[in-house]
Parts: sequence; structure tokens; C-alpha cells
Amino acid sequence: MPKIIVEVMPKADLLDPAGKAVANALQRKGHSEVTNVRIGKRIELHYANTPTEADLQAAKQIAADFLSNGVIEDVVNVIVEN
Amino acid sequence: MKIGVVTFPGTLDDRDAARAVRLAGAEAVSLWHADTNLHSVDAVVLPGGFSFGDYLRCGAIAAQAPVMESIIDAANGGLPVLGICNGFQVLVESHLLPGGLIRNEHQHFICRDQKLIVENVDTAWTNGFKLGQEITIPLKNGEGGYIADAETLNRLEGEGLIAFRYSEVNPNGSVNNIAGLKNKKGNVVGLMPHPEHAVEPGFGPDTSAAMRSGVDGLTFFTSVINQLVNA
Repeated sequence: MPKIIVEVMPKADLLDPAGKAVANALQRKGHSEVTNVRIGKRIELHYANTPTEADLQAAKQIAADFLSNGVIEDVVNVIVEN
Repeated sequence: MKIGVVTFPGTLDDRDAARAVRLAGAEAVSLWHADTNLHSVDAVVLPGGFSFGDYLRCGAIAAQAPVMESIIDAANGGLPVLGICNGFQVLVESHLLPGGLIRNEHQHFICRDQKLIVENVDTAWTNGFKLGQEITIPLKNGEGGYIADAETLNRLEGEGLIAFRYSEVNPNGSVNNIAGLKNKKGNVVGLMPHPEHAVEPGFGPDTSAAMRSGVDGLTFFTSVINQLVNA
């Protein structure tokens, strides 16, 4: 299944409570080598055929307009995966 | 006087909002998320709940619903719109109000009677309050932490677009204690706490006068009616 993968992360300077909770749990488990955790989203857009350049551009637009909120999140990656 | 109350899949407080509208003296009209027709209402309430299961981001999918196309157009034309809790999140995701709402700083869902300071009375929904008045209405949310970039915050503070601030306790880590915002025109107001749950004696927050006698929320609805009558 051809896909476009969109990865969205909370902004770097933003509190990420879920990431913080996981980081705290890892500390409790003794994984002191892990200094921080941040949790984002991986969103798969599926296509019937291999996505074209136009599809990729459209996906980038969708990622910016709908899949992420620029106030609180960054789109860190939009890539085609066949 | 007709005030529309929108129901999205997952909306919870539409009945309470409609009841508040009726107690304030207007007719409540149910609006459906999939219908672009606003049925000639004079104002719109976007109630609380978990529209579309809070999937993607709170309010993000509701902001794309057909009814929102009509509401965004009408709001830009001056129609009074009040967004409560999830409705506030929908307004932010619709770009009718700036910024964003994220998970509460302490991670807990919070439900409490919350004191607020009224920071702006020059809006369709707050003109019945006194500037600086302290009111108490229920707050219940998991993702109520208001956030905006420094430039936006400066603009909000500079242009007086903050409608309500949390008093005594900041319950969710909102920047500058922001509980609610207005747009420049003052027709659009959004806030996390729930005015529609403090509209009838016996069912509101406790006050010094009597248990559950708090009805500070009713003023939101009488304010918009007053403004529409005097328009």
C-alpha cells in the first residue's frame, strides 16, 4: 500500500505532559540514561497508486492545515513510503 | 430571539446550553453539525463535550464540519458566537480565536467550581458583568491549558482581548491565567469553564448565601439577549 507518512510533534518549547509522564516512568524503572521523552503522532495517508509529486504537495498542505496546529505542533516530516 | 446550539457527534452539554438559553428568555434552536443551515438564529453557542472523540486534537475535526463553514462566515459578519470548553477548542481550531489548548499541566482531568475575573465587558456575551467582577462557574476539562506564542500573547494583552482570567487558582497551567478570550469585534467569546452549568438556583456552584445557589453563568446568556434587543 503506497503511503505518505506525516509526523507531527509538539513544539520543542512546549510542555508535553504525556512525554513527561513516560520519562518519569522510565526514571522509576531505572532507565536513568534516558534524559527526556517527547510524544508525537505518526499519521499514514494511504493511496491506491504511488503518490505523485502533486499528491505529496497536497499532503504537505493537509499536514499544515488540518493534521497539525501550528500554534502547538510542528510537522517534522512528510515522506512517501511505498 | 433565537439562539442556536450546535450538536457535534460527542457533544455533551448541548441540552444544558439550550436550557440556559431558555432560562435567559430566548428560544433555543438545535443546529446539527452536518447541516450548513443556521435556521436564521440570532446567535450561536458551541457547547462542551468531546466532539469526534477529541481525535486528532480537541475540536480539530469539528472545526471542519459543514455547520462550521456557515458559523465562521456568520461570525466574521458579526453573529454572536459563544464557545464553551470543547466549543472554545473548536473556535481556536477554526481560527476565530488565536492560540491553542493543550493537556492540563498536572495531567489530571479537573472538575471544580472556578473563580474567574471578568476582564472585558465589551462583548456580546459579557456586557451584563462589571469590569473586574469575580464570578464562579464550574470548570471541567482535561485539555484546558491555554497557550499562544509571545507575539500573540502581547497582542491579546495589548488589545484587551482577554475576556476572563482564572482567579486564586490556575487550574490547568494556562499562560497569563487566561480562561477565556474575545475577538476584536467582541461578538466571538470562548472560555474553558461552563456558564451553562450555573444558571438556576439549586443546581449551580455554592455561594456564601446558600448551597448551589450560584447563577453567574446566566449573565452570559442575558448579555447576548440584551445586546440583540438593543441592536
